[in-house]
Amino acid sequence: MRQAEAGLKELVREADVYEHSPKRLYIRIPRERLTDAVKYLHRECGMRLATCTGIDTREGFEVLYHFSEDKTGIMHTLKVLAPKDDPRIESQAPWFPAADWIEREMHELLGIDFPGHPNLIPLLTSDTDWDKSKYPLRRDFERRSEAHEQ
Amino acid sequence: MSNRRVIPIGPYHPLQEEPEFFKLIVEGETVVDMEIHLGYNHRGHEFISPELTYDQIPFLVERICGICSNSHPLACVLAIEDICGIKPAPRGAYIRTIIHELERIHSHLLWVGLAGHFIGYNTVWMWAWRYREHILEVFEMITGNRNHYAANKPGGARRDILPEQIPLMAAALDVAEKKTMMLTRAILDDPVVRARLERVGVLTREQAVAYSAVGPTARASGVDIDVRRDEPHDAYADVVWSVPVLAEGDVLAKAKVRLLEILESIRIIRGCLRKMPDGPIEVRVEEIPAGEGIGRAEAPRGEVFHYLRSDGSNRPLRHKIRAPSYMNIASNVVAVRGGSIADAALCLAAVDPCYCCTERMAAFENGRLKYSGKELLKLSWAKTERLRERKA
Repeated sequence: MRQAEAGLKELVREADVYEHSPKRLYIRIPRERLTDAVKYLHRECGMRLATCTGIDTREGFEVLYHFSEDKTGIMHTLKVLAPKDDPRIESQAPWFPAADWIEREMHELLGIDFPGHPNLIPLLTSDTDWDKSKYPLRRDFERRSEAHEQ
Repeated sequence: MSNRRVIPIGPYHPLQEEPEFFKLIVEGETVVDMEIHLGYNHRGHEFISPELTYDQIPFLVERICGICSNSHPLACVLAIEDICGIKPAPRGAYIRTIIHELERIHSHLLWVGLAGHFIGYNTVWMWAWRYREHILEVFEMITGNRNHYAANKPGGARRDILPEQIPLMAAALDVAEKKTMMLTRAILDDPVVRARLERVGVLTREQAVAYSAVGPTARASGVDIDVRRDEPHDAYADVVWSVPVLAEGDVLAKAKVRLLEILESIRIIRGCLRKMPDGPIEVRVEEIPAGEGIGRAEAPRGEVFHYLRSDGSNRPLRHKIRAPSYMNIASNVVAVRGGSIADAALCLAAVDPCYCCTERMAAFENGRLKYSGKELLKLSWAKTERLRERKA
């Protein structure tokens, strides 16, 4: 077993590892343990945060933290799930600048809250003419709105 | 009383073609902080992509960037191939590699030219862009287009390289190699250029790691990463080449890394042309199963990242795209801190953000216009002129 994977399993006992291919690992962990896992992968294993992906699924909001272990070329993807009625995930931005923008982006496009983020303002959508209650990457977003038809 | 002032750069054309808004906070001539605002040209590719089929998506993502228009479709088809667990046809893989490296050469020459323009060396600008032209002609010959090559498709390449085109490509590479060497020597031997670029806009290794910077920006700060070597796709594992890494982290190191990378790209293409196997250029992708896939390609500016999730239909459920400038522009905040206003334009340009043009820079003092965009460019040129006189 790979070193980073073994260490992570020891740190987070609930971790559920799925190996899609030798270079692609997906690791499901409870959201309460996210900060420990991210700190472990970045600080102990020296991995680089490539980016995060937020997905609106039937079960809730799934957030993927894609870590690249550049010395082996393996992508370690942490998966956490936030329920629809409580879409909160602890922010990594206060100690990890690489997570700053992507958390702001997921906040504005999916409506996931990141408590602890120092500056959770919209990154991409307009300050002036965008309805802040609309989240374009949610499944219930009206893709063909009136504005679209005109 | 604080003598802090704000210099807005942007939102349209801060240094080059694309809209970002940088708010420089200065004390006198020194930059003490910076705020970055994005989104002036948000086009919603991640929103559009789930409405399209897998055949259409490479064409969509090709339009994300006009300069690295091969990197996004390449990363996207790699993600699709990752979902299916297939490898591209060998000849197709070589063609993809060749086009990917040609793109790096033209993009880096473009950057060298613009960097020259910013410090008042317009001759460098004219030269670099003239030599870039040969590469664009090669593109036109082998793909039919100077830009937006439409070369990638899941399972291989879309167009073959014909045997009679290879000598013409080899000749163009010889010219590019000779001229890059000449340009490199001319730039590195010039004491004024060195004085303008050395120890300017330094990004330390720790900062590069904390911001997860990628590409030449990271490699000029001593972070030894390159997707082409770390997770070789297509033909990268078959040819001999190396990854230039420098420790200084200043603008000069970023320029050097890019110039060295042009020479490495020429090596890669020559190796590919020599070893290119015969056979079909694509394997047929019958079906894309449910699952998820990650595709990564080293664009001229750094790692391009694509994540796709499929439910087994012909459209993806989610398509996440991360361009390299997304990580690199954020690191500008620490790179410009402590520098002078005359160097700010250069520092922001040094990460080669799909970036912007000084014409829209304007400095206000007590509500009145202090510097216009042109004057800020003149300020940068005047600094070069002063240094030139001192060295003479």
